Amino acid sequence: MTVTLKETDAVVIGVGWTGSILARELTKAGLNVVGLERGAKRMPRDDFTIPSVRDDLKYAVRQELFQDTQLETVSLRHSPSETALPIRRLGSFLPGTDLGGAGAHWNGMTWRWLPSDHRLRSHITERYGKNAIPDEMTIQDLPVSYDELEPYYDKFEKLCGVSGKAGNLRGKIVDGGNVFEGPRQNEYPNPPLAKSMAGTIMDTACRSLGYHPFQAPSSNASEVYTNFEGQTLGACEYCGHCERFGCEANAKASPNVCILPALLADSKFELRAHAQVKELVYDKAARKVKAVRYVDTRSGEEYEQPASIVILGAYVFNNVLLMLTAGIGEPYDYKTGKGAVGRNYCYQVSGNAVTVFFEDKEINPFMAAGAHGVLIDDFNGDNFDHGGLGFFGGAWIQAGPTNGRPIATRPVPPGTPRWGRDWKQATAKWYNHAFTIGASGCNYAHRENFLDLDPTYRDALGRPLIRLSYNFHDNDYKLAGYVGGVLGRVAKAMNPTVMSTPSVKKGDYSVVPYQSTHNTGGTITGTDPKTSVVNRYLQSWDADNLFVMGASVFPQNASYNPTGLVGALAYWSANAIVTQYLKSPGPLVHA
Amino acid sequence: MADDNIPIRRRNFLLGAGTAVAASLTPPAAEAQTAPTAPGDAEPLLTLTPTEHAFFVAAADTLIPADNLSPSGSQCGVAAFIDRQLAGAYGSGARLYRDGPFLKGKPELGYQLPLNPREFFRAGIAAANEWSRKTYGKDFDRLADADREAALQAMESGKAEFSGFSSRMFFNALLDISMEGFFADPIYGGNRDMAAWKMVGYPGLPATYREDIKKYFGKKYDKPPRSIADFS
Repeated sequence: MTVTLKETDAVVIGVGWTGSILARELTKAGLNVVGLERGAKRMPRDDFTIPSVRDDLKYAVRQELFQDTQLETVSLRHSPSETALPIRRLGSFLPGTDLGGAGAHWNGMTWRWLPSDHRLRSHITERYGKNAIPDEMTIQDLPVSYDELEPYYDKFEKLCGVSGKAGNLRGKIVDGGNVFEGPRQNEYPNPPLAKSMAGTIMDTACRSLGYHPFQAPSSNASEVYTNFEGQTLGACEYCGHCERFGCEANAKASPNVCILPALLADSKFELRAHAQVKELVYDKAARKVKAVRYVDTRSGEEYEQPASIVILGAYVFNNVLLMLTAGIGEPYDYKTGKGAVGRNYCYQVSGNAVTVFFEDKEINPFMAAGAHGVLIDDFNGDNFDHGGLGFFGGAWIQAGPTNGRPIATRPVPPGTPRWGRDWKQATAKWYNHAFTIGASGCNYAHRENFLDLDPTYRDALGRPLIRLSYNFHDNDYKLAGYVGGVLGRVAKAMNPTVMSTPSVKKGDYSVVPYQSTHNTGGTITGTDPKTSVVNRYLQSWDADNLFVMGASVFPQNASYNPTGLVGALAYWSANAIVTQYLKSPGPLVHA
Repeated sequence: MADDNIPIRRRNFLLGAGTAVAASLTPPAAEAQTAPTAPGDAEPLLTLTPTEHAFFVAAADTLIPADNLSPSGSQCGVAAFIDRQLAGAYGSGARLYRDGPFLKGKPELGYQLPLNPREFFRAGIAAANEWSRKTYGKDFDRLADADREAALQAMESGKAEFSGFSSRMFFNALLDISMEGFFADPIYGGNRDMAAWKMVGYPGLPATYREDIKKYFGKKYDKPPRSIADFS
């Protein structure tokens, strides 16, 4: 029997970055907010302590902090003509769970999209002609311009204490920063992290080629920092246990460190952990989500929580699942191109890499932070001329280890066996003398890449799994081939003792090797309800009291790690709710 | 020296077989490091059968042979590590989605068998030994060094035709769990005396390098490694 609870002003589904930000902004505006988190109440001072926080096997290999795929996963098919099979063990991407979500175990790369990324379809059409974009490439503009979002990017960077150096300060181009970025009103809150040997080699090589290297914008605080919520981050220890781990130094920005202590101290907020949301109660006629049904996983008891405002802040897949199972909006149909829920699922074109070996240089890869590389953006987005190239988009290219944890990080020169005497000799010889140059590429929407409900496989609550119909397509392979050429040039300019052959992306998308937890789309934002799920304020076109957060609103994926835009859009949406919606509840955009 | 190879002796005892073959399995004393701590005559097994344990010992010592860089895989505790892993949550399928139907899929769709890791290795070792007997006349752990290497190469390339089992998939899982045991923190039973960390120069804990990243820029880090147990 479902227990119906007293109505609250707002309910937040998922207490990660977006749930924490929205709950904080709404409680500040005087609302009572309930936060529903499917996982445990995780706080760093208990959960992330030395020595156990340095357990490579437990965290990096056995995946202690991630969504439990025994209970919830997704399925994949490479094309709509195939039968999808469940992803039985996480590999390619690693969604989080527990308080703070994946924000507790990310690496900390904190980007802004390029101004041209914000208006991608318009930009490409203007520069390359109205027939330049192939029919199957269903890219759209993000309906919020860079200039409109700039203060919100700035706010999220200040929440996280991002370390970096501006490359474009109020229009002034600054050497040593990312000269391709949009103009920023303020310098980064913290100076860049200490340089690594690998980053220094990268910097020199890129300058010799005429490129524009800069240090990664990093939510690993280079100095002790207190944010506007009164929360203090420690200084990064360069421990080499960042991604997949919690931070014992409290130097990695996370909801748990940056915002939750303030939120949990506020009597207007009530956190309910172990509360797994099962479904949204949708009143189609009233165009409202009336309530949220959830299960207390400690008792099996089912509750219905009515609320005036519902914030959907789960990961991409659960955002789409809850919309589809509630029947909110029209599901996407790849055959007709009609419907919006599930449309434009995108990922990241990664896997381009080259490893360089230096007999005479000590790299010390274990002294590293999560976002610690030196990068170039010269071949990213539309920062270079795509005329005649046959593809759009590009990649950031980075060198600099994130770790030297030897279960996974022990590069050996090409041709070395994977085991035996020769493997041992090579591993011992090169462990401290090598690093990898990698790339993260844009992934532009394709008509046949989308999300819907799997007809066969179910999760532990009995709901269908989200089914990914997804593969790389022509644009992705061409992009990766081009970027592979750049990687080879950069590697050669380093003059290494030995280098691997830059890997070239071929074959189908694989769920096995880790690529990135940058899944996007499915509830995309746009200006037309026919081709988008939420308006520019992330408000559902079909339920005006439902706001959808996170990378599921990205119309396609730029090359950048998504958290910067996710955080900025969360503040942008929160501002619209507080300054507009509360005064006059109803649609904020009339289509 | 043959007596140092405890698992072989256990199997020989169980099978009532001779010990001649064991002598060839031991690396030459002059160049091999000795075991950092005694492997333990009565290393207790949580889940592996003696036959399975002997297989993992022989595999670990072929994948990670003793030399001037480190003792052998089993001397570093790799087989003990595997026994503990397969006896615990991982072995019984933690974080593995196990709802059917179980259909054969492309390799890009990842692992699709109903077997948990414990069951996978049980079936895989049975298939590997069956193939080894057919090919070489004896179980894998009874083979001489050169034959073990050839056998593992045949599995790695997928040329070894196991009955009802992919030898390549088995080999990759075997290599993964052996390397995990060799390189993981010693609290899990492998990487004894941090032999693997010493081999590569990985310092382990506490990993607080705020000052050292500047001090050791471009220089070899010369501090001995420490493990989780050293801070517990």
